[in-house]
Amino acid sequence: MGLINKESVKKKMGSRVAANGFAKFLFILATSFSLIVLGVLIYRILVEGLPYLSLDFITNFASRMPERAGIWAALVGTIWIMAVTAPVSFILGVGTAIYLEEYAKKNAFTKFVQVNIANLAGVPSIVFGLLGLTIFVRLAGLGSSVLAGGLTMSLLILPVIVVASQEAIRTVPREIREASFGMGATKWQTIRRIVFPAALPGILTGTILALSRAVGETAPLLVLGALAYVAFVPENLLSQFTVLPIQLYNWTSRPQEDFHMLAASGIIILLIILLIMNSIAVYIRNKFHKRF
Amino acid sequence: MSRDKTNQKSIRDMIQENKSSNNQSAVMEKVVPKIFLICAVISIFTTIGIVFTLLTETFTFFNRISIVEFFTNTRWFPFTSDENADFGILALVMGTLTVTAIAMIVAIPVGLAAAIYLSEYASAKTRKFIKPILEVLAGIPTIVYGFFALTFVTPLLDKIIPGGISIFNALSPGIVVGIMIIPMIASLSEDAMNAVPNSMREGAMALGATRFEVAMKVVLPAALSGVIASFVLGISRAIGETMIVTIAGGSRPTADINVTESIQTMTAYIVQVSQGDTGYGTTIYYSIYAVGMTLFVFTLIMNLLAQFISRKFREEY
Repeated sequence: MGLINKESVKKKMGSRVAANGFAKFLFILATSFSLIVLGVLIYRILVEGLPYLSLDFITNFASRMPERAGIWAALVGTIWIMAVTAPVSFILGVGTAIYLEEYAKKNAFTKFVQVNIANLAGVPSIVFGLLGLTIFVRLAGLGSSVLAGGLTMSLLILPVIVVASQEAIRTVPREIREASFGMGATKWQTIRRIVFPAALPGILTGTILALSRAVGETAPLLVLGALAYVAFVPENLLSQFTVLPIQLYNWTSRPQEDFHMLAASGIIILLIILLIMNSIAVYIRNKFHKRF
Repeated sequence: MSRDKTNQKSIRDMIQENKSSNNQSAVMEKVVPKIFLICAVISIFTTIGIVFTLLTETFTFFNRISIVEFFTNTRWFPFTSDENADFGILALVMGTLTVTAIAMIVAIPVGLAAAIYLSEYASAKTRKFIKPILEVLAGIPTIVYGFFALTFVTPLLDKIIPGGISIFNALSPGIVVGIMIIPMIASLSEDAMNAVPNSMREGAMALGATRFEVAMKVVLPAALSGVIASFVLGISRAIGETMIVTIAGGSRPTADINVTESIQTMTAYIVQVSQGDTGYGTTIYYSIYAVGMTLFVFTLIMNLLAQFISRKFREEY
């Protein structure tokens, strides 16, 4: 008594195997689509951008004449913004993570903070721009300054840093904390001397990746009123500024082909900066990451 | 002798020192958690700040433009004298939804297929090669994608589509937003599928199922909550995407959509106003907050929905 009809199984086998092969082909095609797009994107940008790329392009200010235009003001502006964003977001992010992982009791408030951070991560960046425009630019009277831009960016990447730091702190095993307590160390001493150093590589990796996101972010700073055409570098925290992506946006939105090529040159610089930041992050992760 | 004396003295000193440092560290033990608590509270203040800002300014806006007009008018035409101005959010919402729909038509099949390939077919070596490339794609700034949409995808579409396409249109940014979201859907869906235990795959294979049948009839249903949550998060990202649609989508808000023609999304409108020389306190100034509020509500609903789906329908193994 054959429970399985061998004949019918055999009959279907061919088409089932064929379907499997065809589906595999489609899946590979879909996966390589991303690779092809990345290839085309980089190829196009190199072709358009390389002609204008030179040392002058980096050290010149923006100009109406494409052959004289450069990204100096934007580059320095980006560095200024990062100089505000990096310390502020690092301190706030790591502080929040340490609080949540080490001090917070498991109660409704802690859960609320956690859910709140998850939701903040999903808020569109342009909405952070509106927040910064109202709170920092108008209410605090900072104007469209480096400080206002940097603080807005800090809040934008805060959730990413908090989550990365929490994960890093969580990988520090219970045993070495207990050992520290056993030696008579207080809680703060344990955190400062044991947990934080052990989690630092993970925290730094997460922070650098978050900062690299901030470097490429355009929308919130546009809303804040960052300038698009700047022929000076910021002098202090209250100076007006532009950043690299805004300069690129400005060039891209002009109709002339020459400015598009300038934008492509700028994109090469931007991508190189991001590549360097990501490499540093990966290096830290691989070099200093301890598995307990 | 003298040495003993100094020793004695120093022990007293040490005890004294130890006491004071104990006091000091006791203070630190009390103060430090408070400082960290303040850090944590700032994230809450950020949310409160966003909601408060959007609400108050939107309220001011609704004092000038009736809320009924805002939701029922289908024309968005603010840059004119006050009597002639139209503030019907529907025109901007339609622009946003069109771009989002095109993006998801691109991103869902490609992203899901890539996820299935990576989790069910690819060897460890292939995965090691492809995952970093997806990460690179995910890390490219949106301004670069916008440039790509305007200078490559639009001209390409212009050649392909009979009758051509305008320089600014909904199709090109839609496709590129989709490309931008592929890595996100692929990696979140792959995570969900990886969480399905191998014993289930092996069980199905022992019964004679092909890899394709295992993927579609066993793994995908088991991982469905995570996969759908990744789609919803993708939609949320597409709705909030700004630079690609600003650069390649144009600035012509309209409720009757033609994907080959210029449109305007909610995000693009906010950028357009911030780029112009609109004075503080004008109706247009307040309108960006009303648009921002609408945008915020859309994405919040999507994010909460994603969390709900992945929590409620998760199958635990």
